[in-house]
Amino acid sequence: MESVRIAIVGSGPAGLSAAGRAAERGISHVLLEKAPHLSDTIYKYQRGKYIMATPDQLPLRSDFPFEAGSRENVIGAWDDTAAAKGIIVRHNADVVSIDGSRGAFILTMKDGTAINADFVVLAIGVQGNPNKVRAPGGDLPFVQYQLDDPKEYFDENIIVIGGGDAGIENALGLAADPEQGNIVTLLQRADGFPRAKEANAQALYAAKNEGRLDFITEATLNRIEKGGSGESPYMAVVDTKDGEARMPVDRVIARLGAAPPRKFIEEIGVEFTGPDREAFPVLSPQYESTVPGLYIIGALAGFPLIKHCMNQGHDVVEFISGNTELAPPDTPLLEALFADAPVKRSVDDWIEHIRQDVEILHDVSPLQMREFLLSSDIQFKKRGDTIINRNDIGSSIFAIVDGSVRVQIDPDDKSKTVSIKEGSIFGELGLISGRRRTATVVADEPVTLLEIPRNATLKLMASVPGVKRRMERLSMERQVGQLFGRLLSPKAIDEILAGAEFLSLKAGETFIQEGDRSTDIFIIRQGSAVVEKKIGGKNVFLSYVLAGNYVGEMSLFYEGLRTASVRAAIKTELARLPGEIFERILRESPDLRRAVEAQVAKRRRLNDYIEAKRESFSSVVDMHSEVARFLLEEEGLSEATDALVIDETLCIGCDNCEVACADIHEGISRLDREAGSSYAYIHVPTSCRHCEHPHCMTDCPPDAIHRGPDGEVFIDEKCIGCGNCQRYCPYGVIQMAAVPPKKPGLFSWIAFGAGPGPGEPPKEWIASKKSRNGESPPKLAVKCDMCAGIKGGPACVRACPTGAAKRISPNEYVKLAGGGGED
Amino acid sequence: MARFTDKNAPAGLPIQHEGFLRHRNFRWLKIAVALSIAALLAYLIADVEPRPNGGTWIGYTLGAISAILIVWLTLLGVRKRSINPGKWTLKGWTSAHVYLGSSLIVLATLHTGFQLGWNVHTLAYALMMIVVLSGFFGVYYYATVPARMSDNRGQRSQVELLEAIRALDRQLRDAARPLDDQYVREVKRAIRKTKIRPPFFGSLKSVQRSCATDRALKRLVRAAQTADEDQRRAIEDVKAILQRKSALLLRTRQHIRYKMLLRLWLHIHVPMTLALLVALSAHIISVFFYW
Repeated sequence: MESVRIAIVGSGPAGLSAAGRAAERGISHVLLEKAPHLSDTIYKYQRGKYIMATPDQLPLRSDFPFEAGSRENVIGAWDDTAAAKGIIVRHNADVVSIDGSRGAFILTMKDGTAINADFVVLAIGVQGNPNKVRAPGGDLPFVQYQLDDPKEYFDENIIVIGGGDAGIENALGLAADPEQGNIVTLLQRADGFPRAKEANAQALYAAKNEGRLDFITEATLNRIEKGGSGESPYMAVVDTKDGEARMPVDRVIARLGAAPPRKFIEEIGVEFTGPDREAFPVLSPQYESTVPGLYIIGALAGFPLIKHCMNQGHDVVEFISGNTELAPPDTPLLEALFADAPVKRSVDDWIEHIRQDVEILHDVSPLQMREFLLSSDIQFKKRGDTIINRNDIGSSIFAIVDGSVRVQIDPDDKSKTVSIKEGSIFGELGLISGRRRTATVVADEPVTLLEIPRNATLKLMASVPGVKRRMERLSMERQVGQLFGRLLSPKAIDEILAGAEFLSLKAGETFIQEGDRSTDIFIIRQGSAVVEKKIGGKNVFLSYVLAGNYVGEMSLFYEGLRTASVRAAIKTELARLPGEIFERILRESPDLRRAVEAQVAKRRRLNDYIEAKRESFSSVVDMHSEVARFLLEEEGLSEATDALVIDETLCIGCDNCEVACADIHEGISRLDREAGSSYAYIHVPTSCRHCEHPHCMTDCPPDAIHRGPDGEVFIDEKCIGCGNCQRYCPYGVIQMAAVPPKKPGLFSWIAFGAGPGPGEPPKEWIASKKSRNGESPPKLAVKCDMCAGIKGGPACVRACPTGAAKRISPNEYVKLAGGGGED
Repeated sequence: MARFTDKNAPAGLPIQHEGFLRHRNFRWLKIAVALSIAALLAYLIADVEPRPNGGTWIGYTLGAISAILIVWLTLLGVRKRSINPGKWTLKGWTSAHVYLGSSLIVLATLHTGFQLGWNVHTLAYALMMIVVLSGFFGVYYYATVPARMSDNRGQRSQVELLEAIRALDRQLRDAARPLDDQYVREVKRAIRKTKIRPPFFGSLKSVQRSCATDRALKRLVRAAQTADEDQRRAIEDVKAILQRKSALLLRTRQHIRYKMLLRLWLHIHVPMTLALLVALSAHIISVFFYW
C-alpha cells in the first residue's frame, strides 16, 4: 500500500495550497481529487466568471498564485503551478472512508484502493455532491448538473431546474443572445425566488417581460418521456399549480444545490460545534480536528473566501511540520495599525483589549476581529482634539477603546455637551442615514479610538447577531434619550425601550392619522416621513422628517388628538414608543412637563396658527404641497442627498449641461437633461440623486461603489461591468458605457475642425476610431460623481448659461418649503 | 393639475434659481451702468478740440475699451465649450456678456463722436449695433420662451411628444381598418404626408389648416354625415384619433417653433459678430495706417 506523510483530500484552493507547501518543503504527500481535474468547484463556475480576491487587505501566503480575474486565468495559473512544483495528484480518487489516527491513517477510495498517511488534511469544501434529478428520465444523457459555457448551445429547448443563483445565472446566460435561438424555461419549486440574490431575481423577471425566457414557479419536473416530434424526441412533463404541462426538451440543466458532506465527516469521528446546519467542525487554532492528526481547512472549516483557504493550506502544512509559532499572515498589517500607540501591546493583546472594552464587539470572534480591523483605523487623540465636526461628511462609526469624548449638542453653544464613556461608540447615525455628521465631537482626555467604516460595520452586524443587537439597543437608547431635549431619566428611558415596537413601512403608508386619538411617539430609524394636514379638504405639506428624528409627541399636549397626518415618504423603519408611558411620566413629574412644554411651545404656536388660519390659506401653500409631493415622493428626493433640479422658466434646452458633463468625464455624459419629469416648472432630469442608502450599492460584487468625502456616491475602477447597480437604481441614472477614444483638443476643433467637438462624441466617430486599433474597451457602469475633486464643483451647474441648473439637497428644500415641523 | 400662476414673483417658486439676468443681485448690470455713466461724464467733461472724435484722447480711450470688450464678449463662445475646472460659471459670463454688451451702445457711440459716414468705420459701428440689438432679441426670448415652452409641452419631453404621435399613428391604422377603401387610403395618406416640422414662415394656424391630418379630418367629418350606422361609428373612432393627433401636432409644432425662436437670433448674432471682427480689424488698421 502506498504510504505518504500527508494525504490531502480535495484540490480546491485550500488543498492545492497545502500540497504546494508540502511539495516546497519536500514532504511526501498525495493530493486526492475525485474529479478528473483540479479545483472542481471553481472549475464548474460559468465560463468567464469573474473571481474576486477579497478581503483586499489580507496578504496571500501560499506557494500558489492568486489574484482577481476570470475563472480561466485563475485555474490556468493553478494548473501551471501544480505542474511546475511537481505536486503529486491522484485524479478520480473519491475518498469513501478515513480510518485510524495520527501516524496511521488509512484512506480508502471508491475503486477499492487505499493509501496510508501519517496526517490527513481534509479540504473537501461544502459543495458535496450535487442533488440529482430523481424524476424518471433524470438519468438521460442530456440531463446535466453544470453549465460551462452558455454560448455553446444553439436552437435547443432547455429546461433549467432550480431558482437559486446558479440556476438563474445559467438560464439568463443561455437566453442572453437571441441569435442562439434557445428556448429556455426555468422551473422553480417555491413561489418566487427567495434564495436568489435580488438582482438575479430582478434580471430574471426583466428577461421574462422582454420575452427572452420563461419561468414557472411552484413547478416540479414529473418525468421526461419519449414522444416529442421533429427535432426534439423527448418531452418534459411538469407539475404546475395549474396542472400538468408538457414541453419539448433537448437539455435539462439541474441546479438543485448539494448535500453537505457532514455525514461523511462525522463517520470519521470529527465532532461539530452543534447540531444545526450552520455548525462547523470543532478545531484547534492549528486547524486540528477532534481526531488527532486530522486537520480541516477551507470552506468546510467555515472560511468561504479563496484567499483565507489558500493561507490556511500553507499554514496547516507548516503546523504539521512543527512550525507552531507561525503568526497569521495579517499580523504585520495589524502591527502597523497599532504602531503609533502610546501603550505597547502585542497584536493579540490589542485585539483582546478592544474586544473586551468595546461593548458592541463582545461577541466578535478574534478571527472576525482581525478581518474587520484590517479595514478599520486606530486613532490616538489628545485632550481637546476634534474628532468629527458637525456637517462633516462621514458614515464610519467610532468606538472608544480608552478615554472619553464630549459631544457638542447645541451648535450655537459649544459649552453644552454630553459625555460618551470608554467602551461606547459614536457616529452611529451614519449607519442610519447617509447624511452629514450632526454634532461636533471633541476628545475629553487622551483617547484611543477605533474607526470602523460603514460597510465593515454593516458586514459585522450581518454576520454577528450580537453586534446587531447591541448596536440597535444603543442607537435606540440614544434616540429615546434625545426626546424632550434630553430631560428623561435613565429609568424612564429603560421603561420606554422595553415597550418599543419596531415597524417597517412601505412608501406612502400612513402611521399617524390626523384626528385619531393616540399619544404614541415614533422614531424614524431609517427612511423619512412627510407631515401633512388637511386644510380646506386638501392635504397640505407641513414638513419633512429625516431619519434619526421623531414625530407624534405633539398629541401629548392636545389631549391625545393627532393634529396632522404622517406617512412614510420612502421605505421606512420605525420604532413605536407607547404613549401611555409618556403620559404617565409627564403626569408624575410636573417639573418635567413644564420643561417639555416650554420646549415645544414654538411648535405649538405654529400648529395653532395653522389651525386658526386653515380656511384662509392661499393657493401658495397648496402649491408648496403639490411641489413637495412631486419632488419628495414621486421623484425620490426624499432619499436624495444631492440632486440636479432644473428651473424650466430658465432652461433654454441648449444641453450644455450634458456637453459639460461629458467633457469633464472622459466623454460620457452622466445626465439626461430632457428625460425625467417636470412639475410646476421644476424639472428633475435623469441624474444621480446620491441617495442616503444608495440602491446601487445593494449588490456590487467587487464592492466598487462607495460614498466619497463630499457625500458623492461613486464607482471606482474595480467595476467589472456586471450591471447590477444599473438594475437596482430606481431612477435609471446608471448606464453601462465604454470610454470613447480621446478627442482632439478644443483649439484644434475650433481652428481646424478636428474631431467631433465638445460633448459626447457621436457613435459614428467612435466607430471610425475603433476600426483602426481593433478591440473596443469594456462597458462599465457610469454615473454622476458630483464632479468630486474638480475645482469649481459640478460641471453641469457651472456650464448652464442661464442659471436653470442647480443642485439641491432635500434639507435645503425643507427649509424653503417653510413647514418647519421637525426639531 | 394645479398650475402655478404667480410665476413672476421671485418668492413663488419653492426652489429658487437665480437666473442670468439677476446673477449676484444684478452685479453686472450695476457695473455696466457705472461704466456707461463714467464714459458719458468723461465725454461731456472732456474739452477736446476741434470736436469730439475717435481720434482724441477720450476717443482712443473709449475705442480701446470698446475693442477689448468686443473681443472679450466674443470669447463667450469659447468659454461655453471649454469646460475646464475652476470657479467660473457660464451663468456669470452670460450675465456679464449681456450687460457689458449693452453698455457698448453707449461706449461705442460716444467713441464715434457722432461722426458717421459711408466708410469702413461706420460699417464696424453698424455691425456692432446689429450684433447688440440681435442680442436683445436673444435676451428677450431667453427670458420669455422657456416658461411658455414648458406650459406648451405639459409634463412631456420632446421625445415623448413624438412617441405619442407615433402611437396615435398605430391606433389610426387599426381604427381605419373597417372603413371603406377610399377612407383607408385617405387616413394612410394623412399618416404619410403629415409633416411635423413647421415651415420657417407662416403662422401655425395656417400650417395646421393645410396639414394632411386636418384635411383627412375634414373629409371624414363630411363622410360621417352620409355614412350608414356601422360606418359612421368606425368613422367617429378614426375622427376622434385624428382630432387628438391634430391637437398633439399643434403642440409639437409650437414646441419646435419655440426651439427655433431660441436659436433664430443666433443666426444673426454670430455671423454678424464675425463680420464685426473683420470690420473692426479693418477699422483699427486703417486708422493707424492713414492717420
